[in-house]
Amino acid sequence: MDIVINTLISLSLLGIILAVILYFIAQKFKVIEDPRIDVIQELLPGANCGGCGYPGCRGFAETIVKTGSLDSMNCPAAGNEGMKKIAEAMGLSVEEKEVQIAVVRCNGTPEKRKKTTIFDGPTSCAIESALFKGDTDCPYGCLGLGDCVAVCPFDAIHMDEESGLPLVDEEKCTACGLCVKACPKNIIELRNKGKKNRRIYVSCVNKDKGGEAKRACDAACIGCGKCVKVCPFDAITLENFLAYIDFEKCKLCRKCAPVCPTGAILETNFPPRKEKVEQAETLAN
Amino acid sequence: MAINRLTVSMSPHDHGKDSVKKIMYGVIIAMIPALLVSVYYFGFDAIKVSLIAVASCVFFEWAIQKLFFKNKKTTITDGSAIITGLLLAFNLPSNLPWYIIIIGALVAIGIAKMTFGGLGNNPFNPALVGRVFLLISFPVEMTSWPKVSVLNFAMTNAETGATPLAIVKEGLKNGESFKEIIDGLPHFYTDAFMGNIGGSLGEISAIAILIGGLFMLFRKIITWHIPVAVLGSATIFSAILHGVNPNNFADPVFHLLTGGMMLGAIFMATDMVTSPMTKKGMLVFGLGIGILTIVIRTWGAYPEGMSFAILIMNAFVPLINRGFKPKRFGETIKKV
Amino acid sequence: MLKTFPLGGVHPKENKFSAGKKIENIDLPKIVNIPISQHIGSPAQAIVAKGDSVKVGQLIAKSTGFVSANIHSSVSGKVLKIDKVLDLSGYKQTCIIIEVENDEWIESIDRTKDLVNNLDISIEDIKNKIIENGIVGLGGATFPTHVKLSIPPGKSCKHLIINAVECEPYLTSDHQLILEKADEILVGCKLIQKVVGAENVLIGIENNKPDAIKLLSEKAKNYSDIEVHALKVMYPQGGEKQLIKALIKREVPSGGLPIDVGCVVQNVGTAFAIYEAVQKNKPLIERVVTVTGISVSNPKNILTRIGTPSDMLIAAAGGLPENTGKIVSGGPMMGKALANDSVPITKGSSGILILPEEKSSRPEHFNCIRCGRCITVCPMGLEPYLLKNMAVVSMFEDLQKEKILDCIECGSCAYTCPAGEPLLDYIRLGKANLNKILRAKKS
Repeated sequence: MDIVINTLISLSLLGIILAVILYFIAQKFKVIEDPRIDVIQELLPGANCGGCGYPGCRGFAETIVKTGSLDSMNCPAAGNEGMKKIAEAMGLSVEEKEVQIAVVRCNGTPEKRKKTTIFDGPTSCAIESALFKGDTDCPYGCLGLGDCVAVCPFDAIHMDEESGLPLVDEEKCTACGLCVKACPKNIIELRNKGKKNRRIYVSCVNKDKGGEAKRACDAACIGCGKCVKVCPFDAITLENFLAYIDFEKCKLCRKCAPVCPTGAILETNFPPRKEKVEQAETLAN
Repeated sequence: MAINRLTVSMSPHDHGKDSVKKIMYGVIIAMIPALLVSVYYFGFDAIKVSLIAVASCVFFEWAIQKLFFKNKKTTITDGSAIITGLLLAFNLPSNLPWYIIIIGALVAIGIAKMTFGGLGNNPFNPALVGRVFLLISFPVEMTSWPKVSVLNFAMTNAETGATPLAIVKEGLKNGESFKEIIDGLPHFYTDAFMGNIGGSLGEISAIAILIGGLFMLFRKIITWHIPVAVLGSATIFSAILHGVNPNNFADPVFHLLTGGMMLGAIFMATDMVTSPMTKKGMLVFGLGIGILTIVIRTWGAYPEGMSFAILIMNAFVPLINRGFKPKRFGETIKKV
Repeated sequence: MLKTFPLGGVHPKENKFSAGKKIENIDLPKIVNIPISQHIGSPAQAIVAKGDSVKVGQLIAKSTGFVSANIHSSVSGKVLKIDKVLDLSGYKQTCIIIEVENDEWIESIDRTKDLVNNLDISIEDIKNKIIENGIVGLGGATFPTHVKLSIPPGKSCKHLIINAVECEPYLTSDHQLILEKADEILVGCKLIQKVVGAENVLIGIENNKPDAIKLLSEKAKNYSDIEVHALKVMYPQGGEKQLIKALIKREVPSGGLPIDVGCVVQNVGTAFAIYEAVQKNKPLIERVVTVTGISVSNPKNILTRIGTPSDMLIAAAGGLPENTGKIVSGGPMMGKALANDSVPITKGSSGILILPEEKSSRPEHFNCIRCGRCITVCPMGLEPYLLKNMAVVSMFEDLQKEKILDCIECGSCAYTCPAGEPLLDYIRLGKANLNKILRAKKS
């Protein structure tokens, strides 16, 4: 019994003494920080994605508090609402930013873009692209090894097993831009999310002449320029045999997509085209 | 010209013939002599213990990979679980009850290996973690070794006795001199060399372990650095102690031949995963094991210190890897 | 004891099937694609236009700087177009495409087979000939030779080292060149020696070529200052730094050049090309290429015009075997796998290696078991496992301290790794990213 009591007493004493020492040391070496940093950090998503250009969420919060302004400070992951809350906390105001989303500009599924070689090596697009053009004939297209997936802190991009291409989760993507930097082929672009998530874009980055591009991939933009002619808003430009839709100018009129001979122009979240069929019918009548 | 789809990969386009599998099965082959000796001295029990240990180790590896690492294919065919099982068996007395062996295997594979991510990621030698766990949890069962009896295949439990290490330790504690104790054990050195002493399954015969070690050296599975450093440092350190006071300290040959010294130096410390990567680091690692073993044997509470010494040095491996870098080509020598 | 380098090294199966096969000529191709960038440095500038007639040896692309090289037509005919053609990585590269007609050489080239041994040429003249005739290092790196021969001020060259090691398995082009052109090579050596002002010439040959060692040693007796050294058969004996260490026992400091230890290293093929350029006035328009492989029916050493599509060479060696899985330009340890079989031969192609399917894929992959073999075999004393692990987690800046930039990419680590880890792939990734970071820091 003595042993138990002695142990209890000595250990409790030791604990108390150490606690007191710890308390004084903690007091002495206390770092005084602006409490607002913590408040703002709380409002941030905490993924430390670096989409703001600062080292982590803490760095972003510190910069805001230190400079006391929100000019050119934007956390894409927090979005407009999050930024508004931060502005309230700081007693400032913030401009609304157009919501963006990552868009994968390659539509080279295995059926449309035949594999011509076998790549044998680590699952890394960076390594494959350093070695050679990729295992298809298109030197511009997606390699399908998922560097973008590995880098996404929001679990918002996944490889689609059927098409071998990355799919962006519209709910989760915050447009932090990490995948854009990770892609060695520069396929991914940040574009405006659009009203009701509706977007139209050229899903190809092939800069080869039409014939070559077509040989490599059935879904390639061949630079025919039909979409440029049909666009009423001058939103489409053609450069290096590749059409590009400027999302600032595009009014989502949907005139370009049907004229594309290879189906390289993709529309997302639009209702199916009914009027067109009816129109055609009325014309036929 | 019609050709198949060409493979494109980075150089080199050739590969040496060695693979992890080959290395692992090489180690298993190297353990066969020691296994045979144990069967010779402990009979059927040796086979039973080894089989239970290997089977449960392989089973636990398979089960853990199926249950926890779901999508991966299992790695039980690479032979590493078999080695862990065999090494664990080598470190157990032959009359150990089956459930204790299974607990040991679960600790070895489940805690020491798979929690860190499986082969190649474990900081501590799994078999030794299993053994030490059992040693602390079941001290009585783990230290009552059966007396050896040549080719005794009867299922009856032979009478148990202490190992030479324990006898010497006890004797020295009681004030007898080392010479008196050893004289009390006739033909001790030849017996210890051949394996005719009490102890765990695989550790009794120095010669069988040496044959296995030579095989591994020949197959280039291990290098000489760790065994030589362990045995050398243990010899030198114990020789110094023995030289200072021959009565109170055992001689180096005794230390080399008894307990897990040989098994530890050749099979346990050389485990690639838990030993340093550079030659210099290996020497330091071996040196630490040798000295620590003698220190524990001489002054520690346990008669045997090999497994503790190896586990302690395992913990230093990352540090050793950092501290002892290979000599870089063209390293500019610092100007004094 | 044969001389060798002290650290690491591996000994892959040699498989020198084409050893002893006489250097052959093959029919001229119908069309050649001559890339304007066949060397390290800035690409040359094409000076011919579509429709021009060119002769063999005519300058068709001019060097565009100090680190650049002239390019000459290897055939006579008409320039079809200047266009982009797939190179061996499958990317597009600008090529001058010439349709072959006849075989008309420009007159200034001495096409006789007589040995010219005229060392009474001024250093300036030798150098100019080398620059004019577009000579680049033929060992594989294709670094413009005149750059290597320009000794920076304050440095001096004591030894000229001729690399005749050919440590890559399969390849025999240098070996055969020595056997057939020993006299010419030695004259080439003397010419380089004169330019760099070296006291002596050391020729290093791996000991698996006893006939070449014997021949060169005998011929070298005519010169007082050329020594031939047999070297242990060990890969990468032909690495520049390893060769220097083996021959003169000095280590090129980390990040340094051979000239820092008083050496200039040239490939034996380059020595021959320099002989031809200076004594025969012949530009670098052809080279010996080994076409080989386990299942190739007729392995050969072929004297090939630059720009010949490689499938012509393969056809000459008996065609592609049924079970072809991989075609490599160069040797198996450092060569580059081809994405298609019609890429043009360039100044740097030393061989075409055809690997069967079972040998074309990587070995089975296991977890790293930290056996440390990669460290043991690394000839530069690096820790490949560590470099790989750091590259995987993108710690690129820290890689500098681990001397990743010293890696010579010999592939010994990946060759020997029992776990089949793609060590070199990640080391290359790390190197590329570190270089990117360093460049960004500089500017």
